[in-house]
Amino acid sequence: MSEETTSVDNGVNVQALLDAKAALTDAPDAAQFKWRASCEWLNGTHSKSSIEGFYGLGEEHKHRAEYDFESDHPLCFASEDNAATPVEIVLAGLAGCLTAGVAAVAQNRDIQLKSVKATLEAPMNIQGILGCDPDVRNGFDGITVNYEIDADASQEDIEALVAQSQKRSAVYDIISNPTNITVNAKKG
Amino acid sequence: MSRRSNGRPTRNIDVAVIGAGHAGLAISYCLAESAIDHVVLERGEIANSWRNERWDSLTLLTPNWQCKVPGHRYSGDDPDGFMPVPALIDFIDEYASVSAAPIETNTEVTSVRSHDEQYRVSTDDAEWQCRAVVIASGACNIPSVPAVAEAVPAAIQTVTPHDYHAPEQLDHGGVIVVGASATGLQLAEEIHRSGRPVTIATGEHVRMPRVYRGRDILWWLDRVGISDERYDEVDDVVRARRLPSPQLVGTPEKTTLDLNAMTAKGMKLVGRLMGFNNEVAQFSGSLKNVCSLADLKMNRMLKTIDEWVDDNADTSSFDPVERFEPTRVDESPPLTLDLNKEGIRTIIWATGFRPDYSWLDVPVLDHKGFIRHDGGVAESPGMYVIGLPMLRRRKSSFIHGVEDDARDLHAHLAEYLHH
Repeated sequence: MSEETTSVDNGVNVQALLDAKAALTDAPDAAQFKWRASCEWLNGTHSKSSIEGFYGLGEEHKHRAEYDFESDHPLCFASEDNAATPVEIVLAGLAGCLTAGVAAVAQNRDIQLKSVKATLEAPMNIQGILGCDPDVRNGFDGITVNYEIDADASQEDIEALVAQSQKRSAVYDIISNPTNITVNAKKG
Repeated sequence: MSRRSNGRPTRNIDVAVIGAGHAGLAISYCLAESAIDHVVLERGEIANSWRNERWDSLTLLTPNWQCKVPGHRYSGDDPDGFMPVPALIDFIDEYASVSAAPIETNTEVTSVRSHDEQYRVSTDDAEWQCRAVVIASGACNIPSVPAVAEAVPAAIQTVTPHDYHAPEQLDHGGVIVVGASATGLQLAEEIHRSGRPVTIATGEHVRMPRVYRGRDILWWLDRVGISDERYDEVDDVVRARRLPSPQLVGTPEKTTLDLNAMTAKGMKLVGRLMGFNNEVAQFSGSLKNVCSLADLKMNRMLKTIDEWVDDNADTSSFDPVERFEPTRVDESPPLTLDLNKEGIRTIIWATGFRPDYSWLDVPVLDHKGFIRHDGGVAESPGMYVIGLPMLRRRKSSFIHGVEDDARDLHAHLAEYLHH
């Protein structure tokens, strides 16, 4: 059914994804991935996280290069603002994940994308992180993502793209559902 | 001639059909038509699951005119009505008697093994040696309960649809119904009516109006060809087979059973149940998206209907095009619920069902415990399965869908026996 010729090209190799889905459905072990990051404190609230290797398909992999992500706090937090805050990097992760999904779903549905832009906003009451009020949570009160998509498709098709992208998004799931976190520490 | 195994007689037969529900009887009818020697083995009585594993108030969500199987159909005076379960049991009983199906009731299959291109079917009182087996033991033998059930606080009563009969059996106090399928919303509705406050935890669901442009929605699905979409033509058959049952209920008023109807009555809507932190239930933040997905899919279906009318019929013979209000979701639906503070006493798992193949000793199950099959033809030659959702067509999920499936599988089976 996916044999039809199409001129739609969003730069996503959908056939490879469909093949991977078919292959991994009956190979649950190969589908087990492990994502990794390391982080080193620089100074103050400034630190640098590095991402290089991950595990999947039964073996170790390396990215083409090591990718670094610095984070810091802004001047109004009495920090030096050397980089984005970690919570902004979370928004960037969500946006990157959803947007990749929009492109993949569009390709699969033969929709040519011309431009995809998202703006994200997440209100937060910092009484939580400051410890002013134990009833205020540390994290976001919610996240709003606004997409503006120019494509050869109806408004309804575009809404369906974005809905399907959320359904398949890892970061959307990570943020919208609870995840157990284990943090270990040792003197080194 | 019979050999003896463990002191029990072994009987030879061409085909053993396991289960005397509508699906087992339908294949039996087709086998009888072509004079193929067979037996129908039934663990309990005819239509056993309908007798013992359904709640008291249940009516079919398919209209009476859709109660049709090979050689038998509804003949009452209310074709557009909906049968309560006792009437369906009568219907299946009648089918068994008019078709004179060779049923052995109260005969539980304890194992099915294969050797030398034959099957050996052991029951609690006999051994059958046969060339083919048709598994018609149902899709809903075991309520599926999610892993988070392990973490439910001990003080909370948990109930599956198999344990549930009527609201009166539940503690007084709040109820969380987990799942927004036909089962979830039907139970939510009657529990709410009993005065117990209901919260519905919903993940993905299938929204449909009961009536569209003056006709039953299931009439439309048949008419526009959606019911006949084949398993080998849809994009993702695994997903199609896993879809929750559509949010439909069979009532004389032809009520639409959607989430807007639930919240209008005062029920609360939260996201999918994800876990518990002691007494606090945690819900997914994906509620808006699962509702959007369901609304968008419903609207695509309605558009397909409208296009069919434009192309094939006189528009004026149907009511005007209609679009329904999008599912209303609170701006910030609660992500947690303190069960103590909210007075929640009961959790109902309307989270689907799965078949029980614990007696099946032939290696045809996938890693999720489902039979690997191609439209009902199992991987093991001579083994067939019938009566599962989307087995061969979308309508396979419904009673009337079994007719085409039984005829197709009968043709395949007859050919197999012939060689």
